Amino acid sequence: MGERADKLKQVRLKTPVSEEDLKSLEIGSVVFLDGLIYTAREGVYEKILNKGETPPVDFTQMTNINFHCAPAAAQNDDGSYNVGAVTATASFRFAKYLKRWFEETGTKVVLGKGGMSQQHYNELFVPAGAVYLTTVGYGTGALLGRGIKSVEAVNWLDELGIAQAMWILRVENFGPLLVESDIHGNSLFERNNAEVNARVESLYEGLRPPALRRYGETRDKTDELI
Amino acid sequence: MIKADAIEQAANQIMSNAAIDIPEDYESGIRDMINIEKGDLSAFVLEAMLENWQAARDDRRPMCADSGLPRYYVKAGNNAQIEGGFVELEHRVRRATAQATHDIPLRPNRVHPISRQDNNNNVGMNAPEIEYSFEPDVDWLDITTVHKGGLFGTDYRMLFPGDGIDGIKRFFLDVLLAFGKRGLACQPAIVGVGLGGSKDTSMVLGKQAACLRPVGSRHPDPEIASLEDELKKLGNKTGLGAMGFQGTSTVVDCQIEVGYTHTGGMPMSVHCFCLSSRRATARLHANGEVAYRTDPKWFTPYMRRNTVGWDGGAALAGAAE
Repeated sequence: MGERADKLKQVRLKTPVSEEDLKSLEIGSVVFLDGLIYTAREGVYEKILNKGETPPVDFTQMTNINFHCAPAAAQNDDGSYNVGAVTATASFRFAKYLKRWFEETGTKVVLGKGGMSQQHYNELFVPAGAVYLTTVGYGTGALLGRGIKSVEAVNWLDELGIAQAMWILRVENFGPLLVESDIHGNSLFERNNAEVNARVESLYEGLRPPALRRYGETRDKTDELI
Repeated sequence: MIKADAIEQAANQIMSNAAIDIPEDYESGIRDMINIEKGDLSAFVLEAMLENWQAARDDRRPMCADSGLPRYYVKAGNNAQIEGGFVELEHRVRRATAQATHDIPLRPNRVHPISRQDNNNNVGMNAPEIEYSFEPDVDWLDITTVHKGGLFGTDYRMLFPGDGIDGIKRFFLDVLLAFGKRGLACQPAIVGVGLGGSKDTSMVLGKQAACLRPVGSRHPDPEIASLEDELKKLGNKTGLGAMGFQGTSTVVDCQIEVGYTHTGGMPMSVHCFCLSSRRATARLHANGEVAYRTDPKWFTPYMRRNTVGWDGGAALAGAAE
């Protein structure tokens, strides 16, 4: 890690992450993981939550970290897997699944990209006692790929394809990740956005207004362009 | 004669070079940004990226798992002869795409837009895209691959002459603010701007500016070059750093390409080429020699000509690129 990383708090967490560890996480801390994590996104959520299919594993017995990810991977001729790079996909698209997902799987950590909205933290994460970790960059795919020690299982690979299948991964020193939201719903992104938003007006100061209004900038279809 | 086997081999090689090796111009641009970045979180993110690129080089693994939508830019010398012609070239490039997707491995990102069916090889209908340009008086063939992600960081707007430079700045800021928050543009980005042409031309020029010009290059027209400087500076004033954390690291460089446009309009596009700015080029010579590089050298004086005929580029001689 570089010299700027030394200015940040660093934590190493074992999975499943204990309640005590969850409580102690502070936004902006750097996290590395050891243990099992699983990938699930819309393909898996649809299957289990909306089509009622039986989960291939007992999540409560396995791990409580859901990684929003699609690895760059290929199957070798002997049936094993070659996982090259691993990066997260944008999580906010999956908010509609998470209430039931937390209830049914006991997931306590969502690991992904971009975080969730403050409303989703308040309504989904805080009641579930869950936190959000974000990958860094985005795109530290090689570093995260290095942190994967083995592929324990891949479920629904044929049906869902490499990107949407449910991968169960054993990881070691897997990171860096950042605590984006703590169990109280404090959010690093929301805090940074608020600071940027406060100065937005001044950025546009002195620029003359657009010559015409344009399609796509209003939802009111009775608006005219002129 | 440039052999079809050589084309396939070079296409395979640039797929791997692009996926694994960050171009030196981009990496050195990011090192410069770290030195002036005051935001610790933003600087930490950039340091992690440096470490990531090193890990990719050491392990020969892709730098990012979202290996984007692999595509190609082919520049053919006017005197180049290709074994089997361009149909064979396209066949070999498609085959290399499928092979490299498995071997590197890349993520098979290409799916049918409605059924979401995946051929698992990044090949499909109208994919990968292959764009062509030509170069007078030479007999080589340049093949460039670009692996760019596709969800966030690009937008298009029809501006009007009355919008002027202010309108350009306004839309530039709109895009960076919309996609820079939470780092969705995966910034700091090479921000490409397409100005003019038709709507589609402005999109194509902006995309090519972002993906095919190295950090530090400048448009040969001094007015456009100074607008590139100005937009770069403006884009780093939004307060957004890497991942949208407080900072000054959003635009590692701004590249603008212009095309003559409708007298009543000024179409503009903005494209962010991300923290994994993946591009690699091979030049194939008729004698079998192949040379690899990271600067596609796509926008030649011939491509940017402003005349009916071609006078050998005398008017642009001594230009920055």
